[in-house]
Amino acid sequence: MVHIIGYGCTPVKEHWDKGIRELAFEAALKALEKAGIDKVDALVVGNMSSGVLAGQEHLGALIADELGMSGISALKVEAACASGGAAVHSAYAMVKSGAYKRVLVVGVEKMTDKLTPQVTSALAMAEDQRFTVSPTGVSFVALNALLHRLYMERYGVKPEEVAAFAVNDHKHAVNSPHAQYRNEITVEQVMKSPMVADPIHLLESSPIGDGAAAVVLSSEPEGDSSVEIAASVAATDVFCLFSREDMLSLRATVLAAKKAYEQAKISPEDVDVLEVHDAFSILGAIALEDLGFAERGQGAKMAYEGETLIGGKLPTNTFGGLKARGHPVGATGVYQIVELCMQLSNEAGKNQVPDANVGLAQNVGGVGGTVVIHVLRGV
Amino acid sequence: MELDLNREIGIIGYGAYIPLYRIKDEEIGRVWGRRAGFPVEEKAVAGLDEDVVTMAIEASLNALKRAQINPKELGAVLVGTESKPYAVKPSGTIVAEAIGATPATLSADYEFACKAGTEALQTCIALVKSGMCKYALAIGGDTAQGRPSDELEYTAASGAAAYIVGPKDEALATFEASFSYVTDTPDFWRRQVQPYPKHTGRFTGEPAYFKHIISAAKMLFEKYSFSPEDFDYAVFHQPNLKFPIRVAKKLGFPMEKIKPGLVVGSIGNTYAGSSLIGLAATLDVAKPGQRILVVSFGSGAGSDAFSLVVEEAIEVKRDRAPGVVDYIERKRYVDYATYARFRGKILR
Repeated sequence: MVHIIGYGCTPVKEHWDKGIRELAFEAALKALEKAGIDKVDALVVGNMSSGVLAGQEHLGALIADELGMSGISALKVEAACASGGAAVHSAYAMVKSGAYKRVLVVGVEKMTDKLTPQVTSALAMAEDQRFTVSPTGVSFVALNALLHRLYMERYGVKPEEVAAFAVNDHKHAVNSPHAQYRNEITVEQVMKSPMVADPIHLLESSPIGDGAAAVVLSSEPEGDSSVEIAASVAATDVFCLFSREDMLSLRATVLAAKKAYEQAKISPEDVDVLEVHDAFSILGAIALEDLGFAERGQGAKMAYEGETLIGGKLPTNTFGGLKARGHPVGATGVYQIVELCMQLSNEAGKNQVPDANVGLAQNVGGVGGTVVIHVLRGV
Repeated sequence: MELDLNREIGIIGYGAYIPLYRIKDEEIGRVWGRRAGFPVEEKAVAGLDEDVVTMAIEASLNALKRAQINPKELGAVLVGTESKPYAVKPSGTIVAEAIGATPATLSADYEFACKAGTEALQTCIALVKSGMCKYALAIGGDTAQGRPSDELEYTAASGAAAYIVGPKDEALATFEASFSYVTDTPDFWRRQVQPYPKHTGRFTGEPAYFKHIISAAKMLFEKYSFSPEDFDYAVFHQPNLKFPIRVAKKLGFPMEKIKPGLVVGSIGNTYAGSSLIGLAATLDVAKPGQRILVVSFGSGAGSDAFSLVVEEAIEVKRDRAPGVVDYIERKRYVDYATYARFRGKILR
């Protein structure tokens, strides 16, 4: 079994005075302190765009040195917005195989040193440049807008029902110490916010922000650790969105979920707390369906009816999700793991889900080209 | 840098100039497909035959009308701007010549983005205080550049203000103290031979504008034991309507104390002229004994903070020249095509 013995994160925000080094250092130190250790055997960094956005690659050695650990094995894992989840998955495999005893995972992204158009171009690199982006000039938000429109048309879903995902995220973020936006919003405000790519409104899109999150994995339960990784699965889908059989289901989520439930020996009903990758609200609705929590076309309604709120049937994105906690892309997957650890260790403060024992996190790269799913269990 | 001025010297004449033409942000938005969320209502546009030099001359003549001195007695003519008509060749000498201050005078151009005008004022204060000259003229003005469709285009405006620094007994307002605060913060710049500046979006807010203005003001407060309650008016650099209102709130100034000097909504951001036109508008209404805080901001970045006390002479000198409001109300609207022609945005 692989145990999570430490975790920590920085607030997600415009960190004008911090770069990749400082952010990674701050999060890693919190995780190491929590674990009560000052050394690990390996470091895995999750990051999507440091080359394009910060002019810096080779983050493994850079952050290992920053932590005073030069000498250890260190590398960077990239899988677009699923880089964080993929880094945890890689570290899991490294520990599970017996090759390393303790592995530190740091997800980090510094986005605000570049202007919005440059960030938009960087994010579009997650989609197929030859067959999708170059011939059409489509941006990442425009791709999600296609899903959003098709979803509403096929299932007869109202725009307000999709918007509920963003509203619920913000409601949870009010008590989320590390969230980028800690204010509540209403469905009306979402509907009145500027259109980014029809039918996606500004308030249905995750923001640009900086942040880092870290976890320490170990082959042994150490210190007062109380969380174990019950399943860690990564899966892929047909890369080009337009070549898929059905755009309204992320096959990688379905595949990874099936394996994860088997690995953890659970079924969807056993999940007490959920983190889904709602980079745009429509992805949250589709995730609930692909993970087996809702029938096709019912995901958005589930959020609209409050079932995904704390106190509802399936508390989802309890620290604000991608919309309100924020989405420093390569760090997001690690933030999800940190947040589940907080819930399963009874450290979620006002947002604590009572008796939470099983948590599931879904981290998506691109529009589902990669999906990483983790199931964590409190022990 | 700080200076305890103890009201020994002051402003003996001031003048503003705002061109006749205006364009509404709505009209700029019409061309670029933007319908709401404009940073100002309208902005001042210099005419075909205007530039920083002509505007500086107009403002200086107004300052001279109020000061009632012989321009030959001006020991310095300093122009702060980032829209010099000539890259090499001083604008200051043209102004000095036009107003009759040459040849026994000092002249130079200053550049520090939007705070070049207060930078020139700081130097004039030093020249007069040291006794190197009896009077010195500082001008801040710009025909500000904003790339078509860029956020800056909705605010970049034209205008200038001039201040003559001299001895206390002639002053309409005296300086109590000044404090300057600078760091290397690349939030906005224009390189050699580039027609338009570049900026770093939201980075121009918190770490640039707000950090520098708040730091300069707070250090001035701390050094001279001031608090916001000690000031009757405050003027801050005005790149848009939102920023000066928010910075006033953060520093603890109520809206009524900044309102007289808050002109950006009707003339736009006149860059090096911005805080100085705001001060002129405040002097237009202030009463003797009242205290004014002025804090400029220049990208790159830095802020100059001044504390002034209005003197009795304001009452007689004020009406010798047109006020800022007179210029604001004197206007003629142009459409985008005319504006593009006036500002040389159409390549021929």
